[in-house]
Order: sequence, then structure tokens, then C-alpha cells
Amino acid sequence: MKGVKTLAPVDVVIVGSGWGGMIMAKEIATRTPLSVLVLERGGPYRGPAAYGEEMDEVDTFIRMRHAYNAADGTFTTRASYKDRAVPIRQWKDFPPLGTGMGGASDHWGATSPRLLPESFRIASHLKELHGAAKLPPNITIQDFGITWEEIEPYYVRAEEMMGTSGKAGNLNGKKIDGGNIFEGPRSKEFPNPPHPMPYAPLLFAKAAKELGYHPFPMPSSTPSQTYTSPDGISRPGCMYCGHCSLFGCMVGAKASPNFTLLPILEKRKNVTIRTHAHVRRVVHQGGKATGVIYVDGAGKEFMQPAGAVVLAAWVFNNARLLMLSKIGEQYDPVSGKGTLGKNPTYAVNVGLDFFLDKPLNNFMGSGGLAMAIGDFSGDLGDEGAAEGAFRGGIIFAYQQGSPPVISAFGKIPNGEAPQNWGAQWKKAALKWNDRCGTFLSTENHFAYRQNYLDLDPTYTDKWGDPLLRVTMDWTDAERKQAAFISKKEVEIAKAMGAIAITPRLAPSAKSGPPLQVHNHSHGGAIMGVSPDNSVVNPYLQHWQMPNLWVVGGSCLPQGDEHSTLTIAALAYRAADAFVDRYSKRPGALA
Amino acid sequence: MKRREFIELSAQSIGGLLIYSLTGVPRVLSAAEGTVKVPLRFFTEHEAKVVVAACERIFPADESGPGATQAGVVVYIDRQLAGPYGTDKNRYLQPPFVESVAEHGYQGKENPQQIYRAGIPTLGADFLALASAQQDERLKAIEKTYFFQLLRQHTIEGMFCDPMHGGNADLIGWQMLGYPGPQMSYRGQIDQYNGVAYRPTPQSLEQILGYKVKPWEDEGKG
Repeated sequence: MKGVKTLAPVDVVIVGSGWGGMIMAKEIATRTPLSVLVLERGGPYRGPAAYGEEMDEVDTFIRMRHAYNAADGTFTTRASYKDRAVPIRQWKDFPPLGTGMGGASDHWGATSPRLLPESFRIASHLKELHGAAKLPPNITIQDFGITWEEIEPYYVRAEEMMGTSGKAGNLNGKKIDGGNIFEGPRSKEFPNPPHPMPYAPLLFAKAAKELGYHPFPMPSSTPSQTYTSPDGISRPGCMYCGHCSLFGCMVGAKASPNFTLLPILEKRKNVTIRTHAHVRRVVHQGGKATGVIYVDGAGKEFMQPAGAVVLAAWVFNNARLLMLSKIGEQYDPVSGKGTLGKNPTYAVNVGLDFFLDKPLNNFMGSGGLAMAIGDFSGDLGDEGAAEGAFRGGIIFAYQQGSPPVISAFGKIPNGEAPQNWGAQWKKAALKWNDRCGTFLSTENHFAYRQNYLDLDPTYTDKWGDPLLRVTMDWTDAERKQAAFISKKEVEIAKAMGAIAITPRLAPSAKSGPPLQVHNHSHGGAIMGVSPDNSVVNPYLQHWQMPNLWVVGGSCLPQGDEHSTLTIAALAYRAADAFVDRYSKRPGALA
Repeated sequence: MKRREFIELSAQSIGGLLIYSLTGVPRVLSAAEGTVKVPLRFFTEHEAKVVVAACERIFPADESGPGATQAGVVVYIDRQLAGPYGTDKNRYLQPPFVESVAEHGYQGKENPQQIYRAGIPTLGADFLALASAQQDERLKAIEKTYFFQLLRQHTIEGMFCDPMHGGNADLIGWQMLGYPGPQMSYRGQIDQYNGVAYRPTPQSLEQILGYKVKPWEDEGKG
């Protein structure tokens, strides 16, 4: 990297403008005099009107306009370290990462449950509950290194910034009917009331209640009404336009860093935002980060010196940047040594399609619009353990509205047409088009010794840097867990009066390895209590390099529920540590 | 320069389809014109005719509603193939290209333009002359190919896309489904239609915004 122009130094450089990066930027810039530079590899924020123009399924949902261009760089994947890894050449189903200001946080669905209290000490918890011998072989799950009491106030901050809509089910230990009575005790009610619910989620709630379960409105970070955050940012309530997941919000309602944080940063003299800036390396010397090297839209390279570096790239890209920069010891699945690239996880998603004899008006909706039950989140008790299923997830019936029309077309009950084209199929597809709804659960995914991330030896990105290689496969534990949850889902769908049910068992005995990188990914630069088993400390500060902070989904030691709210809460906690302690006395905080 | 190719479609079948010329100038075609010549961006006239016939078998017009020909699916596919999608502007193309399991997705070297150009002849030189049942047999024979998967997917896209992409002419697909198009708000309706169909008149993105938006395939054009 010769001929690189060196720029004027800044106090803090932040790589990435999703929730992690923008929360750090806002807290540091508004509470300290430090100069903050945010580098985003995609383009600038263009305002809600542009999102109105993008309410088009072909370009935005199918061609994935908001996704990073896979032609410029992707991931390679394989099921086992014995296999040859192959690149994901084209995003499928759901792009893992966004591009442009806000990153993937700009086009998520805004589903926002908290994790359960024991999730933060899951390794200890499961050993206490079952004994290590009963747990699946080769799991490498770890405690986060923080307690529920420590994270709870940061959940409140994240919810208040996003304007999360919902109903408390456990307020300071008091169980409240109509909320999720299985959630951890929260110190405050949600900032906004639950959304109005359409027909299918209501039917789900009714059936679940009759079966003895405890339905509640899924927390959603799209406000249900006009909302002003503690930062003074006002946003309208959701319009239920049905262009939500994968779309930007054309009224600025759905929580996005561009709506809730960017307006604050734009007013600060100590903040600079630079788009089309693709960071290739963290530069370091003598155990200290000295800045980053990035390439601009014209392909010109720059060295940006900085007093502190915050990595807030997309989940796995944090680990990749550390690997490319040769910071930390690469994890080795054979010896079990090293921490970088350890514990990548997805989430176990188990869903079904149900068919009813009534129209559902599926085109209306919002990304997080759902009724849910928490009865099978967390521990699955003796019943689950007997079937080899230890932890589950929230089960919900949602009405996202998206995919709007094309990608939702063609769902029919099994056996109604001999093939998926032609007159008979068309007739059935038209008949069921608006009479098919969906359940989903986003669940626990254990980390395993054999699953890991490293740099690919063959394939490179546009700039010649090795792609990240993901080595991951499902095990029997995920299949058993999926089978257990699927059974419960089918029970509820039957109670709803479904005419037909198509369970989507992933992972099932038939499904292949998880070779598409998942938008619900976690890990690779995980947090923990010791440098022996983690990359960052419980404040998300790098164990070996105190002026390097690594925030985002990369820090989560294993897979769990929808994790965006948790990622935001952990970023707030990191920001407090940076502002209140590190900025006053730079050094290792743990 | 490539010779300008056209596909002749029955104007009656495509109603008031908005045809954008290669320079991006819109022109409303009316049934009075009898047949219309739609300028092609990628297909040859023969290829376009085969695609029209094949898509019509995938999504036929019948008593359950209009089909692919009426919706202008071939126009949609032609424009997609001529645009960034057709030449893989958003696909990772670094070699080596290796065969892999289905979960890895399509791993071939060929882009959608090349897949169509090579795939269309596999339906047979006489495809247009065949009866429907025989055309179905030819399609059945290639059902497992990636070309057929694309053809089927693109047919559905062309049936139900926003008309700015060339398909769903006169919102014919959305009318058939009762899909209202990209409406800006259902705030007053979201919890008011329990098991009852809410079916406002479909509107295109242009009708809703009050101005034209350029689809991805037209970027850099006129």
C-alpha cells in the first residue's frame, strides 16, 4: 500500500454507519470534545422521498438495491473444514448486509425483543440446569461477561431512541397479562403502545390463548404513533404500507440510524461523515491502533490517522478486518486455540405457511408486526431436554406486507398442482394468494468448536483482499430443536382452523448446510470475561489493543433471538465506557 | 451496430401498454393500432416470439384470468436482460467457477443473457409451430435446468411487477390479484378488515407519486 496519502488525524475514527457505529459516534461526539470521523463504504443518505421512489419490488426486494454489491466482494462458505469453500455469487432470499448510510440497520424489519436474562450467562446457566454431559457435543457457548442488571438500563436507552412499540409483560418483577410474561424484568414500560393488529396475528393470539399459551404483541421499533425520543427527534407512526424489510422507510417512521441519530451528528462541528470510504486495514504499531487505510470511490487510497479506532462493520466483516490487519490470534478448530473467528452463529429459523378460507390483506403490514408467544423461548424444560432440544425462541405470526406481491406469489397447499407452472398451478396460486399466512421463530443457535471464520485462500474482493470464509454446519442439536418447535407451531396453526399447513423445517433432516450467509448472523469477534476465550472485553474493547473497539453483532458469543436491540444496547454500554472512563484515562478497562 | 429488432404483439392483448422506446420516450399504444411493434433491447424477433410462447404456457390466459402475453412479460424480460441484471453487474464473477451443492446457489460462469441465448434453442427450432400440449412437453423436458428456473421466475416477475419495468401492462396482473400497488398508507385499514377483502383500485408507482421513476434497467438511458 505505497503511495498512500496521509490525512489530518482525528481523535476517533468509526468504521461503519449501522447501529453500532452511529450510537458510538453520537455518544462520543455529543458528550466529549473529541473529533469523530465516520467512514461508510456505501453512499450518502438521500432522504425519505428516495425511499418512496424505491417502493418497487423488482429493484428493491428482488434485485436488492440496498444490499452491498456482491460483485465487489462476498463470502465463501462450506459445511466442514474438510470441504472446499465456494463463494456466494449472488445474494439469495435475504441479503446479509446493506450498503450506504445506516447499513443494514436502514432496511431491517425492526422486530425488537430483548434477550432473556439467562442468555447473558448461558454457558453457566445450561451447565447448572442440565450438567455439561447432557449438552450437545462440541458446543463452545460462552457467558457474555455482563449481567441482566448491567444490560437492562441500556435496553431502555435503545428502546427509547428507537421508539419501540410493545407491552411490558414483566415490569420490575410484576407479571402483566397481555405482555410477554416470560421476558426479563424491565424497569420501564415500552415508549410506545403496541401496533393495531390485522386478522392473521389476531387469530394466532386467540388460538394460542385457547391452548394455554401467553400471546403478546411482538416488540417493534417502528413507533405505533408519533414519537419524540429523549434526543428530541420526532418521527411519525407506522403507515403499515407493507414495504418494510429490505426497504427504507418512506415516512421516516421505522427506526434507522439515519432517522434517529444522523440528524444529531449533522449538527455537530466535531463530526465528519465520509461516504464511499471502504476501509481495508486497521494500522497498528506496538500494540496500539494508529488509524485505518481506506480507499475512496475513485479508487484512491488514504491513511487516516486516529487516536482510537471503532470497528462497526457488518457482523462478520469486523472479524475480517481484524484478520486482514493481523490483529489477534486466528482461531483453529483442530487445536481449539486462538479467539479471532471463533463462535460464528446464525439463528435457527423454524416457520410454517398456513392456509385459511378468508382473505388476509397480506399487502398491508410492517416488518415487526406480529403476535407472539414466549412459552417456548428460553429453556425448553424436561419435555424439550427429553427430545434433545434445550433452548427455543419466540414463536410469532407476522404480517410484514413484504414481500409485496411477486415473491409471495405461488404458495399453495401441498398436492394442489402437479408442478409449479401451468394452468392448474396458476389457478391454485391465484386462489390461495391472499389466504396464506406465516409463522416464524428465531431461535437459539449454539456455537460449536468446528464452526469458525477465517480468510479464504482462493477468492478475493475487488481490491485483492481475501474474502472471509465461513465454515459452518447444522448439527443434530439444531435439527432436534427445530423439530420440537415445529410441532408446537403446527399445533397452534391447527387450532387457528388452518385448512392446510406447510411446515418449513430449517434445519431439517433433509435441508442442506447453511451455505447462504444469514442476515441474522453473530460472532467472530466475541466478547467475554477473558482474553483466552474472547476478542473483546465486556465493554467491547479489544483485549490486546485498548484503543481499538469492536462493536456490533460480531461480539455476540452465540445465536439467539432477533439481536438488533441487544446490539444497540451493548453499543450504548460500550459508548458509556468510552465516554465516562476511557476518554478520561485511556487504557484497558478490564 | 446491431440491427434493430421488434416483437409484434397484438395491441388488443396489451391494451394501453406504455411502450418506452430505446431512447426512453414513452408512447401509449391503443387497440386501434391493431398490432404494435415493440422495439427489443436484447432478444432477436425469433427469440422474443419463443419466449412469448413459453411464458404463456407457464402462466396461460384462461378462465382464471389473463396470462403472460397480455401482461407483456416478454417486454419485461427483454429489458431486464438488457439491463445490469442481464450482464451480472451485481454477481461475484471471480474464478474459479466450481460445481457445488444447490444450497450454494447458481455457480455458473454464464450471465442471464447467455443463459437465455443458449436456453431458447433447447426448446427446439419448431417450438412456435407446436400445439400447446407439445410445448408443455418441451418445457417439462427442461424443467430442471437453470434456464427454466429463470424463465419461470421472470414470468411471475413480469406478471406482477410495477408497469415501469415493462410487464403487468395496464396493471392487469395486480387487478387479477386484487393487489393495490405501492400505496403509501393503510393506517386506517390495518385492523379494520378481519377476514374481509380490502381491494382499493390498483395504482402504479408513477400514479401514486405523481411522477415517473427510472427503473434500474433504464439507468443511464435518455
